[in-house]
Amino acid sequence: MTTYLLQRLMILIATLVLASVVIFAVLDILPGNAAQTMLGASATPQTVAALAHKLGLDQPAPLRYGEWISGLVRGNLGRSYAYHSSIAALISASLKISGPLALLAMVIAATVALVAGMAAAARHGKASDGAIMMASQIGLAVPNFWFGIMLVLVFAVNWRLLPSGGFPGWTPDPLRAFSALILPALALGLVQAAILTRVTRSALLDVLHEDYIRTARAKGLTPQAIIRRHALPNAMIPILTIMGLQLANLVAGAVVVENVFSLPGLGRLIFQSISNRDTPVVADCVLLLVAIVIGVNFLVDLACAMIDPRLRMQP
Amino acid sequence: MRHAFYLAFFLGTSALVSGAQAATKDSVTIGMALEPPGLDPTMGAAAAIGEVTHYNIFEGLTKIGEDFSVSPLLARSWSFSKDLKTLTFQLQQGVKFQDGQPFTSADVKYSFERDAAKASTNKDKAFFASIQSIDASNPQVVVLKFKAPSFQALYHLGMNTAVIIDAKSAATEATHPVGTGPYTFGTWTKGASLTLNKWDGYRDAAHIAIRHATFRFMSDPAAESAALLAGDIDAFPRFQGVEDVSAFQKDPRFKVTVGGTEGKTIIAINNKQKPLDNLKVRQAIAYAIDRKAIIDGAMNGFGTPIGSHLTPNDPGYIDLTGQYPYDPAKSKALLKAAGVKLPLSLTLTLPPPAYARQGGQIIAAELAKVGINVKIINVEWAQWLSGVFKNKNYDLTVISHVEPLDIGIYANPDYYFQYDNKDYQNIITKMNAAPDLASFKKYIGEAQHKLADDCVNVYLFQLAQITVANAKLQGLWKNGPIFVNDLSAMSWK
Repeated sequence: MTTYLLQRLMILIATLVLASVVIFAVLDILPGNAAQTMLGASATPQTVAALAHKLGLDQPAPLRYGEWISGLVRGNLGRSYAYHSSIAALISASLKISGPLALLAMVIAATVALVAGMAAAARHGKASDGAIMMASQIGLAVPNFWFGIMLVLVFAVNWRLLPSGGFPGWTPDPLRAFSALILPALALGLVQAAILTRVTRSALLDVLHEDYIRTARAKGLTPQAIIRRHALPNAMIPILTIMGLQLANLVAGAVVVENVFSLPGLGRLIFQSISNRDTPVVADCVLLLVAIVIGVNFLVDLACAMIDPRLRMQP
Repeated sequence: MRHAFYLAFFLGTSALVSGAQAATKDSVTIGMALEPPGLDPTMGAAAAIGEVTHYNIFEGLTKIGEDFSVSPLLARSWSFSKDLKTLTFQLQQGVKFQDGQPFTSADVKYSFERDAAKASTNKDKAFFASIQSIDASNPQVVVLKFKAPSFQALYHLGMNTAVIIDAKSAATEATHPVGTGPYTFGTWTKGASLTLNKWDGYRDAAHIAIRHATFRFMSDPAAESAALLAGDIDAFPRFQGVEDVSAFQKDPRFKVTVGGTEGKTIIAINNKQKPLDNLKVRQAIAYAIDRKAIIDGAMNGFGTPIGSHLTPNDPGYIDLTGQYPYDPAKSKALLKAAGVKLPLSLTLTLPPPAYARQGGQIIAAELAKVGINVKIINVEWAQWLSGVFKNKNYDLTVISHVEPLDIGIYANPDYYFQYDNKDYQNIITKMNAAPDLASFKKYIGEAQHKLADDCVNVYLFQLAQITVANAKLQGLWKNGPIFVNDLSAMSWK
């Protein structure tokens, strides 16, 4: 287990280093720069040059890469060109929204998917299975931004139960802040639930053909008990793997939903920073996302190894 | 799960209650499409900076009004010398900055010299560089000496690029702005909202009705409409969702005003690119374009046709929309006379706004009818600025020039249109030296004619300023000559 862990950790670090080079190179060859973008079409070339110099954009690329990495190693994420503030503060503020939003959406997705997936698998081939599959097919087809707009129209515009968008901040009223996350979490979570329901159902169906299930049935267990006690634990590996991917996706991929709800999350920060050519922010955020994706996958692997001892044995 | 839903309903109701309590008659929430990058209008160029700070936190010597008039603000009065090279301002007395520092002529001198400095990133740096000297020997009087006659100085001084800042707070204006205006900076939740609070130390505080203002940033037109309908925002000046305007017009809870901006939407042409260097080819493009179809198709009918690089709201405007009426037959004849081999292939570069992306599709279809095959290239702003604007790597592009009275850009042969014409440059020199409004109008008229005659670009329409607001909120501007949200003028009925 220790060698396994060490191996995984080495791969993790190597991936991060490689990712940092790719991220920097891609951002560097992107047409347009922060100085020109910030000053727009009415500034003279001299003014643009003055700002480029002030931002250090006229330095050679290897030097800027070196400065970025040495800053990161020292725990200094740098400063945003556009916001004139520390990137660490920007990212931590956005994660305070994206993190809870992703978790809430994941809880919704997992709850709905496990319940619906188990129900569909237990009644395989019957009408209710068909109904659940049809609902999940619709869920897959519906884009989450459209679903978000529909939720806003019903809950915010018609019933005025929840805010239409924006984020008031966690202080002084955390309940109000939480209520601002409910609709976006539903928009994100229910669409993810559709995917996860199908994965849960097919993973369960695969397992239900195994010999030990027949044995359990022969013992006289009820179908519900068979699914809960014997099938689900064995079907968890593909479900957990997909959930891990989805969680990373929810942190970064919420940009469209964040736009619909005007939420200042990580996705929106990246999106705006790309438009502004605020490259230090983009680079830090993307590297963070790479780290999150790798980290979540690492945790999923660990969880799978715990569920299935056979995975631990592999060199 | 049932518990989660109950929780959702409970929380929603509590939010509604607290929202209702907060909505007293002295606060306002205003929607904006873009968030300002920093809050110092003298060092950053984004229009959103002015929309938050201009007239609210920062003030200049003069104030440009909704009708483009110039009135006193930090200056009480002013006078020009006969040769128009010296401009003397008498300043308001007893004015303080929000940090308690007194406002004097030394602040004006400091601000303008900072704007003109080598390291300055002021958008209007060229104007400040045209000031030869600033005399601030009398704390209540500022004397500006220009290198050349400068009739338009009063307009430049009314822009947000010319607001007066205090040397003590200059370094931190971008994050913690301190000005002389009626509102102080409150909080800024990056990516979401920004608040301003009434400053009780303001010289005219008794006449300021709104105590708290929140600017909320939402870039999605559907989100703008939803937030207005849900009552989460009170007003959206420069509203983008043109498709939803008629629904708001029918709803008695809302008031919709449609005015004009300084946005001159054009098909910009690379005048040095073959065969676009041929006047006949440019004219052929102009005759092939049906402005009304573009205004209807891309802007839902909002927008006023223009025939040169000026809007109907500007002083000296001449209607030249009749010079190139929609006439595909004439367009084809001109292309033939120019000896162009058809079909002619050109690129059309489109930045993100709807007027460009949707308008561009219509333009491409119209040009195809006369034998010009247009390849559409969609770009984001940064790409447009580097590819089209800086490197002049384009044939045609659709863009709205939003700077007021910027007809002088055509006198710069290096500008991305690459229009190099001595006669035109002379007209602009004379216009800039105009001794009074009448002669200014004469020269700006000549300039408009010259641009239309040479068909430098195809002039499409003036961008409309659409404001959707709570019917009880008054004091919002109908026209938008500059990018401001003048909170001091707003109040609740």
